[in-house]
Amino acid sequence: MKDWRFVVRQLVRNPLSLMGLILIVIFIIIAIFAPLIAPTPEGHQRPYMIPRDGYRAAPEPPDEDHIFGTTQGQYDIFYGVIWGTRSAFQVALLVIGITLLVGLVLGSLAGYFGGIIDEVIMRITDIFLAFPALILAMAIVAAIGPSLRSVMIALTAVWWPSYARLIRGDILALREEDYIEASRGLGASSARVILRHALPNAIYPTLIMASLDIGAVVLAAAALSFLGLGAPEGYADWGQLTSFARNWIVGPPGEPLKHWYAVTIPGLFILFFVLGWNLLGDAFRDIFDPRLARR
Amino acid sequence: MNTLVDIRRLKKYFPIVGGVLRRPVGAVKAVDGVNLTIRRGQWLGLVGESGCGKTTLAKTVVRLIRPTSGHVYFDTSDAVKAEIEALESAGKNNSKLTSLLKENDVATFSGKRLSSLRRHAQLVHQDPFTSLDPRMKIKNIVAEPLTIHKVLSGHAQETAVEELLARVGLSTGQLERYPHQFSGGQRQRIAIARALATKPEFIAFDEPTSALDVSVQAQILNLLKDLKKEFGLTYLYITHELLIAESVCDHIAVMYLGRVVEMGRPEDIFHSPRHPYARSLVAATPVPDPKRRIGHIVLPGEVPSPANPPPGCAFHPRCSQATDECHESAPVLEPVGDDHHVACFHPL
Amino acid sequence: MKDLIRIRDLSVRFYTYEGVVHAIDDLDLEIRQGETLGVVGETGSGKSMTALAILRLVPYPGKIESGSIVFCGRDSGGDLELLKLTEDRMRSIRGNKISMVFQEPGAALNPVYTIGDQISEVYLLHRRQELGHQAMERVDDLISNGRNGFGAGAKRPFWHWQKRLYRKIAEQPHAVEPRLLNRLPLFRRLLWRLRDEAGLLTVNMLKDVEIPDAARVAAEYPHELSGGMKQRAVIAMALACSPELLIADEPTTSLDVTIQAQMLELFRRIKAEKGASVLFITHNLGVAAEVCDRVAVMYAGRLCEIATIEDLFLHPSHPYTRALLDAVPIPGKELQTIPGALADALNPPPGCRFHPRCPSATPLCQQERPRLKTVGKDHMVACYLF
Repeated sequence: MKDWRFVVRQLVRNPLSLMGLILIVIFIIIAIFAPLIAPTPEGHQRPYMIPRDGYRAAPEPPDEDHIFGTTQGQYDIFYGVIWGTRSAFQVALLVIGITLLVGLVLGSLAGYFGGIIDEVIMRITDIFLAFPALILAMAIVAAIGPSLRSVMIALTAVWWPSYARLIRGDILALREEDYIEASRGLGASSARVILRHALPNAIYPTLIMASLDIGAVVLAAAALSFLGLGAPEGYADWGQLTSFARNWIVGPPGEPLKHWYAVTIPGLFILFFVLGWNLLGDAFRDIFDPRLARR
Repeated sequence: MNTLVDIRRLKKYFPIVGGVLRRPVGAVKAVDGVNLTIRRGQWLGLVGESGCGKTTLAKTVVRLIRPTSGHVYFDTSDAVKAEIEALESAGKNNSKLTSLLKENDVATFSGKRLSSLRRHAQLVHQDPFTSLDPRMKIKNIVAEPLTIHKVLSGHAQETAVEELLARVGLSTGQLERYPHQFSGGQRQRIAIARALATKPEFIAFDEPTSALDVSVQAQILNLLKDLKKEFGLTYLYITHELLIAESVCDHIAVMYLGRVVEMGRPEDIFHSPRHPYARSLVAATPVPDPKRRIGHIVLPGEVPSPANPPPGCAFHPRCSQATDECHESAPVLEPVGDDHHVACFHPL
Repeated sequence: MKDLIRIRDLSVRFYTYEGVVHAIDDLDLEIRQGETLGVVGETGSGKSMTALAILRLVPYPGKIESGSIVFCGRDSGGDLELLKLTEDRMRSIRGNKISMVFQEPGAALNPVYTIGDQISEVYLLHRRQELGHQAMERVDDLISNGRNGFGAGAKRPFWHWQKRLYRKIAEQPHAVEPRLLNRLPLFRRLLWRLRDEAGLLTVNMLKDVEIPDAARVAAEYPHELSGGMKQRAVIAMALACSPELLIADEPTTSLDVTIQAQMLELFRRIKAEKGASVLFITHNLGVAAEVCDRVAVMYAGRLCEIATIEDLFLHPSHPYTRALLDAVPIPGKELQTIPGALADALNPPPGCRFHPRCPSATPLCQQERPRLKTVGKDHMVACYLF
C-alpha cells in the first residue's frame, strides 16, 4: 500500500507532475466557483446556456464587458469557457466512471474465470474495437440525436472495451499468485477473491489509464461538438465554442488572425485541461510502477 | 481412528496442449500413483528434488488442485473406505458409489463439504513474500478465515487475531501494518497464524523455510514444534532439505518423479537408506563438518522431465543397480523393515 | 601464500528513501592466491555486496564510500588499486581477470542469444588478439590449400587482404580498421571468422565444464537447458578467459541437492586444475565445508570471524558463528535458535552489531566496535571475549 504521504511527496517533487497538479486544482476551483467567477446575468433562465449580447454574426474582440470577447452570435466567450469547465468535468467523470464500472466488471469476470465466459466477453469487446472509435461514436450520436447526453453515451460505448481488456490482462497475471491461491484455500468464494484480493491489486494500471483518459474524453467530446454532433448551439461547452469558431478561424483577407480569440481561447482551455490530466497520469504511473524502487 | 489422511492411488496429470487446434498432446505426470497414510499427530516429511511432485501432492490433499484420479480420505472410517474399495473393484458405476465418494473423498468434494474441509485442513505456502495480499492489513489477513466461515466477528474476532499473532511470536500492536513492513520470517509467522485461525487438525507446509535465513529457519521450526504439541496438530512437511526433515519429522517419505520411492523413520532413511535414489540424496547433502565430505556417489545426469518419465522404474536410467526388470515394470512400495518401505526391485 | 586481493577499510553505503544503510562497514579482507575463500552470512550481512564492490558493480543507490581494494594479479604489472581505475580499465578486468557467477543462472543468461554466442562474447571482448591470430592462420591455410574460391587469381588479393586484417587484429586488437569495419553493415561479415574461432574455444570450454554433447548445447538457447546445465554454462562464461579470481555468489542455492553435489565437485576440480582463487559466497555452512579452504563469517556488514575450514567448525569462537552452527538442523540434535532478529539495516545496534542477541554480551560490547584479533593460526575474531 503506497503511503499517501509518499505519493504526495513524489507528486510535488517532480516539476512536471507539480504543474499537472496545479493545473487540475485550478480547473477544479474554476468549476466549483463558476457562478462566482462568471455570474449568470439577471433573468437568464438556464445557466448552461451562454448569454448573448446581440445577434451579429462576426465575433467581437475582448473589451471591458467581455473579457475574452464574443464569438459568433455574440456569445460571451469568458462565460462559455468558465461554465464549460463544469461541462468538461461532467462529461469526463461520467464517461470514465461508467466506463470503469462496466470495464472492471466484465474484465474481471473474463480474467478470473477464463473459459467460455472469457471467450464471450472478449468477442464482444472485439466487435466494439473493430470500429474506429470516433466514427462509431459519431454514428451513435447521429442515431440518437445530437446532444451532450448522447455524446456521453456514445463515448462510454466506445471506451469501455479497452478497460475490460486491460483489467482482464492484469487479473490474468495475478490469478496464479500465491495469495490468491491461499485465499481460495481458506474457503473464499470467487466473488470474495475477485473483489477483495484480485481487483485491489490489479487496479492501479487501470486507474492510471483512467486519469490519462479524462483528458482524452474531453478532447473526443470536443471533437464531436466541433463537428456539430454534441452540445446544442449556445451551450457552455468548450467543444461547442470551437464549433462556433469554425467559420472564423481565418479572418478576412489582410487580417487573417482577426478573430484569434474565438478559437484560441477555448482551444487553450482544452489544451491545459488535457495537459494537466496527462501530466498527472504520467506521474501516477511513475509512482505506482512496481519496478521503480522507493528511492 | 488413527489414520487422519489416507491417499490412495493418487494421480495428477497436467495436460499439455499443442498444435493449432490445441489438443492435448501429452501430460506432465506430476503425481503418478501415490499411496500414503498420515496418522493423527504425525509429522510426515515429504522430501524430494524439484519436479518430484511433492508440492502438487500437498496441494491436492488440501484440494487446491483437483486430482486426475485416485482418492484422498480425510478422517474417514475404515469401514466406509472398505465399502468404497469393494464397490469400485466390483466395477459397478452405481449411484451408491458416487454418493459415498461425494461424502468422503476429498477429491470430489464441493460446496459445503469443501468448505468444511477448509476449516480442518490448511496449507502454508513456500514464499512468505507472495502468500500474503500486499494490500491487506495483517489483522484482516489473519481474520479472513474467521470471516469466511463466519466463526467469529467484531470484537471477538479481533481478540482472536491478537491471540493468534501473539502465539506465533509477533508482538502486539502490529495489527494495522501491511505485509511489506515485516521481514520474511515474520511474514511466514503471519501465514502460520492465518492457517491456525479456524483451529484445523491438519496443516500442510510447502517448504516454509526455504526462502528464509538459517537463524530464522530455526526459530520457525521451533515454533512449529511448539504449536504442534499445543494444538495436537498433524503435519505434512515438504522440504528439499533432508537435514531439516531428519531433525524435526517423525516419519519421512522420499519422492522421485511423482512416486514415493522410500518411506521410513528418519534414522532409517539417514543411516540405512535402501533405495538407490534415497542413498544418493543422503550422500549429496552437505553437512557443516569438514571431515564428512560428500562421498563420491555423486549422482550422474539430470532429473528427467515429468512430461516424459522413463518407463518402468522412473529412476532406472540413473541407477547403478538397474536391470531389465527395472525398465519394464514399476516397483511398488514393499516393507523392508520395521515401518520401512521401499519401491525397488533391488533394494540396497 | 601471496595475497591476490587485499581489501582494506571498505565501506559501502546505500542512500535510500528511508535512510542510510551501511551495507559494508569498514571491512578488511584478503583473498590469497589459489585459495577458495568462503564468505558466509545471512541477509544483510554484506556478503554479496563485497563481491559487487570488488567488481565495482554496486547498484544505485549504493556507493563505495571509502577504502581500498588492491588486486595483485600475475600479469597486470604490479598492484592495481581497483577503486581508482578508470571504467575502461575496469571493463578489461571484468570477465577477464576477475569474473563472477551469480545465483540465478536463468537470470544471468540472455534468453535471446544461444549459449555459444554468449560465451563467445567473452572471447570476442577479451581475447581478440588470440582470435585474430588464429583467424589469420586459418586464412593462410585456405590460401595455401588453394581453396579460395572460383578462379584462384581473381580472389587472391581479397584473401590476402583478409589475412592482413587479421594480422592487424592479432597485433593491435583495438586498431581503427577492424573497429570501423565492425560498424559497416556488409563488411562486418569479414570479421565473422573471429566469431567462428571463438566458437571453437567455446565448445572446448563447455566440454571443460562437463556439459555433454557440447557442440549441440552451444547452439541451444537458455530456456532449453535445465538449471544445472545453465549454471555450468555460466561457469563456462566466467572461466573462459582463465580469470585469476572467480567470484561465485551463492551458485548452488537455486539448484537441487544432487545437482548441487555435481556442481561442488566441479568447483573442486576447477580449483585443482586451474589454480584460480575462488570467492565462494553462501549462506549454507555445509556447502562452505565442501569447497572452501578458509571461511569468513559476516554479520550486518562486518566481519566477525575468519579461519581455516577445520578451525572454524572445530573451534568456532565468535558467538554468532557458534549460534549459526547450532541453528543448522542436524538429526538428533536440539535446534538452538538465536534470540531476536537480524540487525535492522537502517538503525543497527551501536558498538558490536551482534550484542543484542549475544549470550555473552558485556557493557563494553555496546560502546565500541570490536576489532579483529588473532586467536590462532590463521584465525581471527572480532569480539571482546578474546
